[in-house]
Amino acid sequence: MDLQGLRRESECCWVIEPTGTMRVPAILYADEPLLRGMDDKVRQQLCNVATLPGIVGAAYAMPDAHWGYGFPIGGVAAFDAERGGVVSAGGVGFDISCGVRSLLTGCRREEIVAVQQELAHELARAIPAGVGSTGQLRLSSSEMDEMLTRGARWAVARGYGDVADLDRVEEHGSIAHAKPGSVSPRARERQRHEMGTLGSGNHYLEVQWVAAVHDARIAAGYGLRQGEVVVSIHCGSRGLGHQIGTDYLRDMALQAPSFGILLPDRELACAPIHSELGQSYLGAMRAAMNCALANRQILTHLCRESFRRMLARAELRVLYDVSHNICKVEEHVVQGQLRSLHVHRKGATRAFGPGHAAVPESLREFGQPVLIGGSMGTASYVLAGAAGGEMVAFSSACHGAGRSMSRHEATRRWHGRQLVHELAGRGVLIRSPSMRGVAEEAPGAYKPVEEVVDAAERAGLARKVARLEPMICVKG
Amino acid sequence: MSDWQHFAHGADIGVRGRGATLAEAFAAAAVGLTAIVADPLRVSPVESVRVECAMADLGLLFYEWLNSLIFLMATRRMLFSRFDVRIAGDTLEADAWGEPVDIARHAPAVEVKGATLTELAVRQEPDGRWLAQCVVDV
Repeated sequence: MDLQGLRRESECCWVIEPTGTMRVPAILYADEPLLRGMDDKVRQQLCNVATLPGIVGAAYAMPDAHWGYGFPIGGVAAFDAERGGVVSAGGVGFDISCGVRSLLTGCRREEIVAVQQELAHELARAIPAGVGSTGQLRLSSSEMDEMLTRGARWAVARGYGDVADLDRVEEHGSIAHAKPGSVSPRARERQRHEMGTLGSGNHYLEVQWVAAVHDARIAAGYGLRQGEVVVSIHCGSRGLGHQIGTDYLRDMALQAPSFGILLPDRELACAPIHSELGQSYLGAMRAAMNCALANRQILTHLCRESFRRMLARAELRVLYDVSHNICKVEEHVVQGQLRSLHVHRKGATRAFGPGHAAVPESLREFGQPVLIGGSMGTASYVLAGAAGGEMVAFSSACHGAGRSMSRHEATRRWHGRQLVHELAGRGVLIRSPSMRGVAEEAPGAYKPVEEVVDAAERAGLARKVARLEPMICVKG
Repeated sequence: MSDWQHFAHGADIGVRGRGATLAEAFAAAAVGLTAIVADPLRVSPVESVRVECAMADLGLLFYEWLNSLIFLMATRRMLFSRFDVRIAGDTLEADAWGEPVDIARHAPAVEVKGATLTELAVRQEPDGRWLAQCVVDV
């Protein structure tokens, strides 16, 4: 990215003052090397977001930001419904409520090493992953409505997991004000065979060990102990969410002129929050969030079954479950006033600090866990929402490493089988039905996640708690 | 041979089709869409599915076309390699020919989530040929 015109406010905070039709500044959180490595399109997209009606504060980019569609991935923007604010399907993304759930196994690394091959085989067998894979569950229309309304609570009632899991899931596993009636027949049809599936691309189920503890107090509070093993599940609302994104992006593009919204680019298609279309999208998007929470709950159950076949004492308690492609209504203090805002986080993780009422009571004194996925074969991180974070990007942090190379370039440079072999030599077992998919997700195609989380910490977005190293990765 | 190509987009991928007619450009881009998932040359055109969509705006018609195919790929768990496309005014009618996904033979790399409005363009080039393109979320 060309840094001309950016004002460096602090080591990891860069400001673009509003010009032209921008209503607010654009603010990027990154150190200089990360910023220089970002595509100029990030800057352009962020400045476009800053022109949207009702935007509050600034349009923000996280340290892992990259070129998205409409909004940059790694983008955060909040809108005030009472001041003409909008909701944008592109500001949430197609993979609605994609997120990470981490589970504490209570097992030591050595225990997993002893059964690593068998466990990898068992997880690959039990977790439906990849193109064309289907889940075991087929929902009737009324069951689908119930799932879209109650999320992970529905899944627990169906026997997937325990009630105790729900306390550690965002919104206790169920997003309010979902409107299954706003979900199209096509979106429902797309989900018919996909409940309890992982998906493909950068989605994964990974067995990881705690390789380093950066904040001993918070790590202990989270139940993360050096040398112990956790499982992280990264996936979203599957075909249902993808189709809702598709449906509403089109409808918003079609109706934007009727709302009198001047868009610098059609990809920013949006609707006023106080419009029929805006409300319909919010209802459908919340239904998709429930679908994602239910999906991760089912995958948790399948993962537990696999573990128990290998390691009877494995617990797999939920550490936390948080999404990074969402729009949520939250209260934030803006210039001394408490305001209710629609916060879009696209490829950005909510990061509430210590004491926030939305953080489960058992974790509240430490701040909300922020679960950061690395690339396949490299580290992941657990961060904690920082005190004072509410003053920075509406309590948001990064979500992952962020790609630094196209899929095409990755397949030119790496071969799937060779990568699997090399990673196995380093103690990381990859299980995937697609070797081309593995090549496209090569660790070298991503930015170093360490640089991203270091920048997030230095910018005051979140605190580093623990580094997780992979042992088994099941991918689509 | 279909005249399609992929173009780079940070995390996702762009598809572009060219042809002597608008319908040819749409058909070529659809082959490019399949190529995100698997090698189209390995997909046998053994059965066809009818696709119909209508949009007054050519760009959005292309968006609807690709997204209709993505819906069929997901719900029928099929891949397509040949497209007979007819466009009249704001209406598209097509037969997409392909076969069910065979994991071993097709080695599918990634699911396609949806076609986006990013880098969306449908236009006639100075040489008279048609171009249709957009970024696809994977």
